Amino acid sequence: MLEPALRKRLDDLQTDYAHAIDDDRLEAWPGFFREACVYKIVTRENHQAGMPMGILYCNSRGMLSDRVLALRTANIYEPHTYCHILSRSRYEDAGGGCVAGRTNFQVIRTMEDGEMSLFAAGKYLDRIDISGPELKFAERLIVLESRRIDVLLGIPL
Amino acid sequence: MTLAVENAPTEPFVWPEEGITRIPYRLFADPEIYAMEQEKIFRGPVWNFLCMEFDIPEPGDFKTTFVGETPVVATRDRHGDVHAMVNRCAHKGALVCLQNKGNAKSLTCVYHSWNYGLDGKLIGLAFKNGVGGKGGMPDDFDMAAHRLEPLRTEVFCGMVFGTFSEATPPVEDYLGKTMADFVRRNLGRKLKPLGMQSQIIHNNWKLYAENLRDAYHATLLHTFYTTFKVNRLDMDGGIIIAPSKWHHISYAKRATFDESDEYKKAEVHSAKYESKLEGPQLLATWDEFEDGITHSIQAFFPNLCIHFTLNSLCVRHFLPRGQDKTELFWIYVGYEDDTPEETEKRVMQVNLTGSAGLVSMEDGCINNFVQRGTKGSEDKRAFMEMGGRDAESSENSRATEAAIRGFWTGYRQIMGF
Repeated sequence: MLEPALRKRLDDLQTDYAHAIDDDRLEAWPGFFREACVYKIVTRENHQAGMPMGILYCNSRGMLSDRVLALRTANIYEPHTYCHILSRSRYEDAGGGCVAGRTNFQVIRTMEDGEMSLFAAGKYLDRIDISGPELKFAERLIVLESRRIDVLLGIPL
Repeated sequence: MTLAVENAPTEPFVWPEEGITRIPYRLFADPEIYAMEQEKIFRGPVWNFLCMEFDIPEPGDFKTTFVGETPVVATRDRHGDVHAMVNRCAHKGALVCLQNKGNAKSLTCVYHSWNYGLDGKLIGLAFKNGVGGKGGMPDDFDMAAHRLEPLRTEVFCGMVFGTFSEATPPVEDYLGKTMADFVRRNLGRKLKPLGMQSQIIHNNWKLYAENLRDAYHATLLHTFYTTFKVNRLDMDGGIIIAPSKWHHISYAKRATFDESDEYKKAEVHSAKYESKLEGPQLLATWDEFEDGITHSIQAFFPNLCIHFTLNSLCVRHFLPRGQDKTELFWIYVGYEDDTPEETEKRVMQVNLTGSAGLVSMEDGCINNFVQRGTKGSEDKRAFMEMGGRDAESSENSRATEAAIRGFWTGYRQIMGF
């Protein structure tokens, strides 16, 4: 059983993370992670089959920063925004100063012309480091329900 | 129906007299041409990629896919032979196999329990002799005359191919020696599946076939390497086009600098990339081949590609899902004898390609820009004379559209345009 105060901090972390992306504050995104971290997006199909390959795989905060810089300066795509809808999270102690969590999510994508669609749905499987003054993701594994990505995945989930 | 379709020109299609340097936009919008392609190309004298051999390793395994828009199932029978059939019951036309993959002793249509062997032959059906002496099939019902429509199959380098046409030559002849040898270089060992993803791109399938053969755009549209000043002195490579013009290889080599004495003495054999990356492990690679080729894209007519960029090895298969929609499958593989460290590097390099690929994500939208840009201009055409007007190999430069002209050479032959 988590202390209510910790539970609230964890919930705030989840919410702040989603809002940073939805509000196009991508430069703040790497800061939600520890320096040594894993951020990986996989499909349910590959995950269940035990396949190692994801759609995206970063294993340091620097890689996350590179991705943001690439999105801002190198990659070309049509402007669009995300709206994350998060479920209530389940948490349990994972040992090693970490909490394991699961949060289901939907991401609705809106293009500049107004076209809106369900871009992604799945679950965040997290390991959150609670040992420091600020909570940080040690690992965020994103399991997508569908193997199909519409157009491209630029902005992180 | 969209406005563009309603307004589509109805006069007979005629290719511009300039030939393969002009590509009419109507080819990407006309539903009649799209329907003709299903018949003349996908059901015609081509080898269609069906699945990987590792998708159906055991007797009874099946994998469903499509040839053009036609649903197809590939199977392995109890003798180990590979078969492929249209996934359509010979009775009323329902899909027989509903799962992506599975294992079964036989294939049964759920509608009326028509039951087929793994080779597609009809072996039984419910109430054939009626119930209680009433009903049933006529006495002259011939089991042998009702089977799943077969495709001819061939397995080459771990890939299962199928064709509807008796005129299609064996796969190696279809590819030509140079193309077949390069496939063998890349896939000619026991393969290990690493994972698959797919991507919906909102454009005609031929725009992606062009895009794969378009060496001209690579450094112009995809600016990741230049932005991060990734420097490994990869030399500009070249383009090899099959004698048939249908297929091609585009490649880049590591600099001869790497081969110099000082490097050999230092036994530096792994690639060293300098960059402004904060996470340089993205480009942790090792050299796998003695030929010095570090990047290659090989495209096959009509809808297949193999990429081997750094250590990322992937079979890309793209299926038409309507005249303005294509599903692109990324089937990532390694070798069975890869070390865990090698597998980790291949997995890491997924960041470069695929739907979230830092180097190539633009290909997810760029072809749609053409699809949208050409709407309503079906009487106009693309201009394609970079690198000349022919479709010949170019060993020294990739500033050429020769391989795209090669694709259209094949397309015109097969479509009779």
